[in-house]
Amino acid sequence: MAEIKITTPLTDEVVMKLKSGDKVLITGIIYTGRDSAHKRLSDLIDKGEKLPVDLNGQIIYFVGPTPARPGMAVGSAGPTTSERMDAYSPKLIKMGLKGMIGKGGRSKQVIDAMIEHKALYMAATGGAGALISKCIKSSEVVAYEDLGPEAIRKMEVVDFPAIIINDAFGNDLYMEGVKKYSR
Amino acid sequence: MKTVKYSDIVEGVKKICMDANFDLGDDVLESFKKSRDIEESQAGKDIFDQLLANAVIAKKEKIALCQDTGFSVFFVELGDDVKISGGNLIEAINDGVRAGYSEGYLRKSICHPFTRKNTGDNTPAIIHVDLVKGDSLKITIAPKGGGSENMSRVTMLLPSDGIDGVKDYVVNRVRESGANPCPPIIVGVGIGGTFEKAAMIAKKALLRPIGSINPNPELAVLEEDLLKRINNLGIGPQGFGGRITALAVHVEMHPCHIASLPLAVNINCHSSRHKEIIF
Repeated sequence: MAEIKITTPLTDEVVMKLKSGDKVLITGIIYTGRDSAHKRLSDLIDKGEKLPVDLNGQIIYFVGPTPARPGMAVGSAGPTTSERMDAYSPKLIKMGLKGMIGKGGRSKQVIDAMIEHKALYMAATGGAGALISKCIKSSEVVAYEDLGPEAIRKMEVVDFPAIIINDAFGNDLYMEGVKKYSR
Repeated sequence: MKTVKYSDIVEGVKKICMDANFDLGDDVLESFKKSRDIEESQAGKDIFDQLLANAVIAKKEKIALCQDTGFSVFFVELGDDVKISGGNLIEAINDGVRAGYSEGYLRKSICHPFTRKNTGDNTPAIIHVDLVKGDSLKITIAPKGGGSENMSRVTMLLPSDGIDGVKDYVVNRVRESGANPCPPIIVGVGIGGTFEKAAMIAKKALLRPIGSINPNPELAVLEEDLLKRINNLGIGPQGFGGRITALAVHVEMHPCHIASLPLAVNINCHSSRHKEIIF
């Protein structure tokens, strides 16, 4: 299947055109965040305080890269398991987050939030961090530097490959895949 | 009596920390190539192509195969005729981890369980030492990623559950893990012993080369049967659906208590990294 090029920030129109199983190439700015950063963002939302980054229309990539070698934009940078962010993602989706990149299944609450607020969950190839690093052109810490690999980074990506797992219509590639190939 | 210097252990451990994270074993690469041909799903074939390309970049440019450079888990075989000079073996291994994870630009992934504060140097390593006969010291590192480790389980079955109970538990564990542990996976199974022995032999089973046949014929049959059932689940590479969910199932067994049937399932992602050094 041909890959569909998309650029960030994502609009509702783009989100509604994509279906589970579609391969996309993402270009633009994406933000990174994993366990500890999500907890901090969630705490700020609960307190009604401003977030360190505006997530409206944005994509969060669940990743904690290895340190960059001198002269490199980033180190190895593949996705981490997404279920650990399930407790926090619905809140961020309500705030306008339009996409998440990770690996592994999501909870019903996250999937329902994606349907209600028009958002996408995509998978990048887990364990291909060296290969994926080639589409990351720059990376800069924009919040929570004290978290080290878990800090929030702003990354500039070009043709970052991902596959739509959950679209905004309730479809799920993981379930479709098992249905097709189980014996 | 052989004497091994503390500083030589530090240097050796530093090197295998880096090598393990940059250089995927030939058994794993061969298995990717074979599986690519067997895989029916195009998305699955594409994953194998990406994993092969990833391994080339990692080795050539010394960028970690995976950003999760793992918990540094060591298996040590210490000969009873070996003396360590200049310090303690455990400290030497931890010093080697500190140096290897720093110089290799590897991620430091170890933290306090509650505060989640990072220890900053990937220590303390998990070190299992076996005392063996002879005058050699063998140190093997098997960096273990969190995603696949989180999908692993130990359970205490009833003796009446028998081999069918063991098989069902292992297959269900893989089914429930789905895409989380980065399939195609390697499944380490430890049967028998005690609670902790089962977990230990399940992890050790992951060190066996992919494609090797279990020397115990009973277990070889069990491995083949489990692999077939797991690959019939249809989870496929990265969970996108396909024929290859596991590259291998490795089973180790140990005698157990008359009241027990301990079982451990230790799942490893496709990035099955391990390197050893022998003094």
